[in-house]
Amino acid sequence: MHIPDGYLSPSTCAVGFAVAAPFWYVALDRVKRLLQTRLVPLLAAVSAFSFVVMMFNLPIPGGTTAHAVGMGVAAIVLGPWAAILAISIALMIQALFFGDGGVTAYGVNCLNMAIIGSLVAYAVYQAIAGRAPIASARRIVAGAIAGYVAINAAALAAGFEFGLQPLLFHDATGAPLYAPYPLSVAIPAMMLAHLTLAGIAEAIITAGIVSYLQRANPSLLQTTAMAANDQEAERERIAAAGGWRGTRPLWIGLGALMAACPLGLLAAGIAWGEWGTDDLQNPEVRQQITQASGNIAPPEHVPAGMERLASLWTAPMPDYAPPFMHDANFGYVMSAIVGAGLIVLIFVALSWLLGRASPSRERSA
Amino acid sequence: MCEPSAIGRRRRRDGAFLDRLAGGLVRAMDHALDADDLSRRDGLLQRLDPRVKLTGLLGLIVVAVFVKSLIVLGGLFLVAVALALPSQVGLSRLARQIWLKVLAFTILIALPAIFLVPGTIVARLPILLWPVTLQGVRSAAFLLGRAETAATFALLLILTTPWPHVLKALRVFRAPIVLVAILGMTHRYIFVFLESASRMFEARRSRMVGPLSPRNRRRVATATAGALLDKALHLSTDVQSAMVSRGYRGEVRLIDDFHTTPIDGLALAGFAAIAAAALWLQA
Repeated sequence: MHIPDGYLSPSTCAVGFAVAAPFWYVALDRVKRLLQTRLVPLLAAVSAFSFVVMMFNLPIPGGTTAHAVGMGVAAIVLGPWAAILAISIALMIQALFFGDGGVTAYGVNCLNMAIIGSLVAYAVYQAIAGRAPIASARRIVAGAIAGYVAINAAALAAGFEFGLQPLLFHDATGAPLYAPYPLSVAIPAMMLAHLTLAGIAEAIITAGIVSYLQRANPSLLQTTAMAANDQEAERERIAAAGGWRGTRPLWIGLGALMAACPLGLLAAGIAWGEWGTDDLQNPEVRQQITQASGNIAPPEHVPAGMERLASLWTAPMPDYAPPFMHDANFGYVMSAIVGAGLIVLIFVALSWLLGRASPSRERSA
Repeated sequence: MCEPSAIGRRRRRDGAFLDRLAGGLVRAMDHALDADDLSRRDGLLQRLDPRVKLTGLLGLIVVAVFVKSLIVLGGLFLVAVALALPSQVGLSRLARQIWLKVLAFTILIALPAIFLVPGTIVARLPILLWPVTLQGVRSAAFLLGRAETAATFALLLILTTPWPHVLKALRVFRAPIVLVAILGMTHRYIFVFLESASRMFEARRSRMVGPLSPRNRRRVATATAGALLDKALHLSTDVQSAMVSRGYRGEVRLIDDFHTTPIDGLALAGFAAIAAAALWLQA
């Protein structure tokens, strides 16, 4: 699971850092506001705990051993945001000090284990544990499933990252420059190991610690149990408040993303797997497809099924380029505005429909 | 009832399980102490300013990941070895601590690629007749070469720089002070918890009078982890109280006591020249 240096391309690593950065920023901001003077010692202690737990080899059914990551435990005890920071710090010490996981792949490792792992573990735990009493066996089951699903979600992300490498990065002879296996091999290979050994180890350690804390120190499980209730209250508060003020940062972020849409034009070539019938007939694009597919040429003729289905629907703005716009950059921004506007309209319509439905439910109850 | 010999074997096996758990933790502590000792010796890299070393070696790691030529990658690996020897980091240490470990892990992934990556067939495996492709061999060589070279540079950084200096040097990359402080404390706590976990396993082992079933072994490991988490949170509360009593109000300050010398300037230029030469040669 700890991806070493050299397995992923520099651009994949850069994307990993770019995706992880906003999560680190939000996590630090939230945790800092909540913990104040407790931030430094608490995060340091839990990071050290996560590090040590990653070294425990657990005997699992079948006679073998596997080590856990501890993402489920951190998310259940501290909540997802503090867990993101604690596991990221543990991963940094592992990468820098013990050479476990690469320095360049640090962002991707954090994305998989600290961010995806913690958020998935927390969501699954809350969904299953619900409002069950702290001493309930349901919380142990929730912990086991949360740990199992979280490590498998992280492994799926890692498999996807490995599998993208040979599609995107190869030399002139077609030899993959980084992880060599395509998605069809990388994802099953990663998932097989995690659905069996590592997943069970994570489930055992998470359930075991939840069970231990229920007996020894149940107050440690209270924080996230109360947070679940608080979140419900928060959701109700947001629904009641609504309006521009509550959602202003999201609208500003959406505007910034729309303005940045033309950056997509900087990418050379065509996205793998998004070929149209015209692309398969264009010799230049066919050459690009061959190069991007490990020197496997696409079929000589457009597949009959693809040709038949391609004519079913003609997009009003094909390739994000409205026919009436001559400038590709403005075309991109216009497409973003139209797309975002349509999504907002759909959600406004849905919320209106749900709003009409809910009072009748309350009346019937 | 089991025969005495069978019980003896099972006891040894159960003891071995706890030994392995505790042994792994002790090895991690030894590794850290060993690295700390080496970083204080007199050597080429030890003499450099940690900020220069961190920038230079991380830069070379990025270049090793970036290059698309096997010859250049081999050259970078030789540079790593050439930096290690005058820094009192012997080849046997490099082989033991990094090369064999990376080889053992990477070979599992790289070896099948020789047969599975499609391309020009250059040979066939005797008896099984599996095709060995040129692209597969190149791909495996890239994977192994990059992983070994990058890991060697990373190990050189840690073996020649005391950990607190590595952390302070992170400020060169505008790492937040609070992050540097947390990393420093985490590093100290790791040793506290490693020792604590090791003692808990030892205490459990000394009270064993019969064999442990696999279920009980799991229970021992998870209960130790749970107790450790409990201790971690208690420790954080104690430390916070101590910090607040000393006047801590949430703002972290670090003493930056690094001084660069002309040798550091030369070293930085050397690192930059190696990186530029590698990129130019592969282009």
